[in-house]
Amino acid sequence: MATIEFRNVTRIFRQSEQNIVALQDVNLQVQDQEFVAIVGPSGCGKTTCLRMAAGLEKPSSGQVLVDGQEVRGPGTDRAVVFQQFALFPWKTVWENIEFGLISLKVPVNERNKRIEQYISLMGLEGYEGAYPHQLSGGMQQRVAIARAYVLDPKVLLMDEPFGALDAQTRVVMQEELVRLARSHPRTVLFITHAVDEAVYLADRVVVMSRRPGKIREIIDIKQIRDKESWNSLAQIEDVMDQSSFVHLRTHIWKLLREEQGAEAH
Amino acid sequence: MILQEKLSPQRFWQLTSLGAICFVGLWTAAALAGLTSPQFLPTPWAVLDRFVTLWSEPFAGAVLHEHVLASMRRFFLGFGFAVLVGLPLGLLMAWFQPIDRLITPLFETIRFVAPIAWIPFAALWFGTGIGGPVLIIFMGAFPPVLINTYRGAKFVDKRYLEAASTLGASHWRNISQVLLPAALPSIVSGLRISAGLGWQSLVGAELIVASSGVGYLMVRGQASISTATVMSGMIAIGMIGLILDILIRRLQQVVEARRGL
Repeated sequence: MATIEFRNVTRIFRQSEQNIVALQDVNLQVQDQEFVAIVGPSGCGKTTCLRMAAGLEKPSSGQVLVDGQEVRGPGTDRAVVFQQFALFPWKTVWENIEFGLISLKVPVNERNKRIEQYISLMGLEGYEGAYPHQLSGGMQQRVAIARAYVLDPKVLLMDEPFGALDAQTRVVMQEELVRLARSHPRTVLFITHAVDEAVYLADRVVVMSRRPGKIREIIDIKQIRDKESWNSLAQIEDVMDQSSFVHLRTHIWKLLREEQGAEAH
Repeated sequence: MILQEKLSPQRFWQLTSLGAICFVGLWTAAALAGLTSPQFLPTPWAVLDRFVTLWSEPFAGAVLHEHVLASMRRFFLGFGFAVLVGLPLGLLMAWFQPIDRLITPLFETIRFVAPIAWIPFAALWFGTGIGGPVLIIFMGAFPPVLINTYRGAKFVDKRYLEAASTLGASHWRNISQVLLPAALPSIVSGLRISAGLGWQSLVGAELIVASSGVGYLMVRGQASISTATVMSGMIAIGMIGLILDILIRRLQQVVEARRGL
């Protein structure tokens, strides 16, 4: 069982003598092996949610619990995939993936086996000795995902992981992630500003309001995905062609439009 | 002007030689004009002649290359200590705030004292032993190593530290595998400044607290009014300094190439 729970979470920033409420009374439960995506206008505090689950920030009030335990700091039980990859540029692909396993004191034999497994799973064979700057953005993000997955974490936290990729690479990576999520189910909290991506990947989509960030609506995707059997479709374009998909996407778009509109007035 | 097209290699060397020719020309003219006695300003060829002679004919107790070796030994000891202390200390200061608070005010005050100002203590504590020059070189070479390591580590991209912390890195691994490599380009440029300052301070040290070395050779040259000997010492110092700088610049290129900079 690995759940993520936000209980009455409020986060206030202090910025030039002013208190800015980034998040207000957020309540959310991510179930074991559930894939939850958070979308919202920029500055709505969605990344802050993820960073609090990672232990990189603390709530001003309320609690963030992972697996029933209050989060007190970063740890290998919660692997993070960052938007800008945050691969160590001075380490090779292999060494990057190995980094967390060394922290966990995994014995060398087992370590090598696991690294090899994820290198092949993410299609990184032949690049073990390459440095990040020698790889394309898509390949770098594969390394970052392998570095997170290899730790066999309870939960995966992904902060706009495909935001820095070009459109084609993005689609390929989304399909890869779906494949991975099916073969290696995990509890996932996924932050994005791309509605398509959220609907395609997630079991539930959380729509946030603009600052102060609150949960506007939670949309159950899984139910519709199962009913309309999207999973039987191999390609992302086919899923996105489904009227059920289009309907969900339009619904979320409208919610976001309202939030953006609220900002304009 | 920096953005202007690069000079062709041919033009580059033309200008370099032109500079050298002008310098030697002015020097020759001044020496031959008879403004001062030849003892005070020798001609270029007199210096060159003296420089070559010093390799085979002992002066101040040794031939030139023995003086050079004595100097280099002191330099590498002082420079080595500076790196050995400055590099880890810089990393620790960047990582642990209390250590930063403890060291920085003290360091920021002491670093303004010129290395040469330590000569009285070097003489009192070590006499003409090796400790004196080493202390002075250390005082010259230490601040740039410390400052560049500290700054390089302090301004490391926070993303790397956050990634490392989510990957469960200990203090030790954070310092040795994140801060150190992240700061490496800055550290190497610190080493370059440090080697330059250390090598400069060495001559000052040897002028007073040594009985061998290039600086000693020069001060003895002055005592026997052999300005050609003094200038030979200057040439040796300049050449070795240049070689040191080229070596560290190579290191810098290797580090940056590996990082894809």
